[in-house]
Amino acid sequence: METQVFKVPDSFKKDFKYTFCPGCDHGIAIRLVGEVMDELGIRENTIAATSIGCSVTIYDFLDMDSIEAPHGRALAVATGVKRANPDKFVFTYSGDGDFASIGIAESLHTALRGESISSICINNTTYGMTGGQLGPTTLMGQITTTSPTGRNVEYYGYPVKIAEHIALCDGTAFSARVSLDTIANIKKAKQAIKKAFEVQLQGLGFGFVEILSTCPTNWHMSPEQAHERVRNEMMPVFVPGVYKDVTNI
Amino acid sequence: MSRIVIDSSKCKACYLCIKECPKNLIRVSDKTNKLGDRVVEFSDPDGLCLGCALCATRCPDLAITEVYKG
Amino acid sequence: MVECLAGKKVLTKGNYAIANAAVIAGCDCYFGYPITPQSEIGEFMSGKMQELKKAYVSAESELAAINMALGACATGKKAMTSSSSCAVSLMQEALSYATSDELPIVLVSVMRCGPGLGNIFPSQGDYNQSTIGGGDGDYKVIVLSPSNVQEAVDLTYKAFYLAQKYRNPVILLADGLLGQMMEPVEFSEYPYPEIDNSSWALSGAKGRAARIIRSYSPTEDFQCEHIRHLFKKYRIIQENEVMFEELYTEDADIVVFSFGSLSRNVKATVKNLRAEGLKVGFFRPITLFPFPDKRISEIADRVDKFLTIEVNMGQMVRDIKLAVNGKIPVEFFGKPVGSWPSVEDIEVAIKGAMS
Repeated sequence: METQVFKVPDSFKKDFKYTFCPGCDHGIAIRLVGEVMDELGIRENTIAATSIGCSVTIYDFLDMDSIEAPHGRALAVATGVKRANPDKFVFTYSGDGDFASIGIAESLHTALRGESISSICINNTTYGMTGGQLGPTTLMGQITTTSPTGRNVEYYGYPVKIAEHIALCDGTAFSARVSLDTIANIKKAKQAIKKAFEVQLQGLGFGFVEILSTCPTNWHMSPEQAHERVRNEMMPVFVPGVYKDVTNI
Repeated sequence: MSRIVIDSSKCKACYLCIKECPKNLIRVSDKTNKLGDRVVEFSDPDGLCLGCALCATRCPDLAITEVYKG
Repeated sequence: MVECLAGKKVLTKGNYAIANAAVIAGCDCYFGYPITPQSEIGEFMSGKMQELKKAYVSAESELAAINMALGACATGKKAMTSSSSCAVSLMQEALSYATSDELPIVLVSVMRCGPGLGNIFPSQGDYNQSTIGGGDGDYKVIVLSPSNVQEAVDLTYKAFYLAQKYRNPVILLADGLLGQMMEPVEFSEYPYPEIDNSSWALSGAKGRAARIIRSYSPTEDFQCEHIRHLFKKYRIIQENEVMFEELYTEDADIVVFSFGSLSRNVKATVKNLRAEGLKVGFFRPITLFPFPDKRISEIADRVDKFLTIEVNMGQMVRDIKLAVNGKIPVEFFGKPVGSWPSVEDIEVAIKGAMS
């Protein structure tokens, strides 16, 4: 007698095929979202607001209603969806450029208003889809196509610590940063996504998870080296942890 | 007996799963994907698979579509 | 402020009247950011929508406001935002998305003067911004131009209807004068049928395939087909929705064009000149898109000259010239910004054009 211990989440489209580069952690993050949707039974009640960048393709994989927001406007579009339909489950899935650069005003204000929305932000320290330019989370010293000698303060200033900023907003119910570099951390990431979704279902406020993720293509690394970089270079700066959890006070 | 199912059409040959398997049951095969990279295969003649699903948890492409523990 | 009761006649400001009409039209959601001279719309909606337990958000920017409307419209709800000139500039991106997504956003644009910050002086400088737009790609937005407060109310109803009917954004293009002036106005019941949007609105993929509302095109062919589909729709709008007001054109030597609240001064002047025995006609496009070019072309066949009067540098002249197609001269009289030309100023301009 055998028991199935792993399957493609039911919330996925039957004929899906990921279009990410080999080794890209987007695929894991989206799978975790799908698993959480299965566990909470929310797929049929979900409306997602997607973003611009590699993250937008989530609507090709998850079998859910979605609207593609203009670049940086995912949280505003999600606010419109949620205010018009308070009974729907509404979430966004964006990259760090969308969430924390062009869309930082929308993101922070959505958290400040305490919208009943859940947001996932993939932090891979670069603009992936456009070919690896410097983004809001690019680390000091990191070489990108627009920081050819590495990020320096003189020209670029400092990277943004997203989960900490979101945690400072009074309307935030949950804010955490997780990583996908190890199996143990993948499991923690799923717990955080679930929590960020649950606070919406409980009407507690804005739920947020920043996921440290890889971009092997634009980092010019093997998938394995990329996880080492997450561990050795990203995690000391973008420290994983739960930065706010109103259910745990 | 525990086992995994690999959808090789989804495998992009990142080989992250190979390192995760505690029993070294996943290896590079002779089959290639569209890009010409050799995809992985599961080989467990001695029935060593634990059904731990570490490989599937790691796979970024959901190419390991099923894991059974038996 | 006024009560949101259909069938009531009240004396009220244009901005309040428009907001009140939106509520009667069944507006489910209002999203806005303050800017003079339209802030009363948001002020009215903040209280009324909360009273009605409907959606209201004081957005962090006009970018956010119109994208909130985009999200609400995607779920089939009637959503509206309002703004003015330099801030409507910020909304051009979302208008472009909304045309491609075929989402029925209603945008009330109450003109001040530009370019840039300009000032709150009256102006009609956003004719081009509304009819041509600053968003990317091939698209059209329906533009309605009221001349008085009553018409602003009636066209607000129509804006919601046309937006829903054609699944296209609609701009109600008012101006600061209209927004701020008080006039008696009667609110009718919403006179249009409700449109069923259950075939496309997002509601959660329960018992049906998932729906994706997006402007991204996977292939060249897909995008070509999509744009052709949009333009087929724009042709239907052009054929069916043109509105205009026309006076004394049958035997006129010259026809004078004007839009918006300024047209009232122009119409009054034309009437005065008719009383003097001068053969002057009057024409006011009410829909700026679809533009009444067919009718304008017909009139051009029997008139010597057109004169267009605007408080901008002649933005409508091009549309009239395109309709006239070189048959007769089209002259312009106007000023860039400021108080509307008086009946006396306009009389001098018309007589000058006739001499």
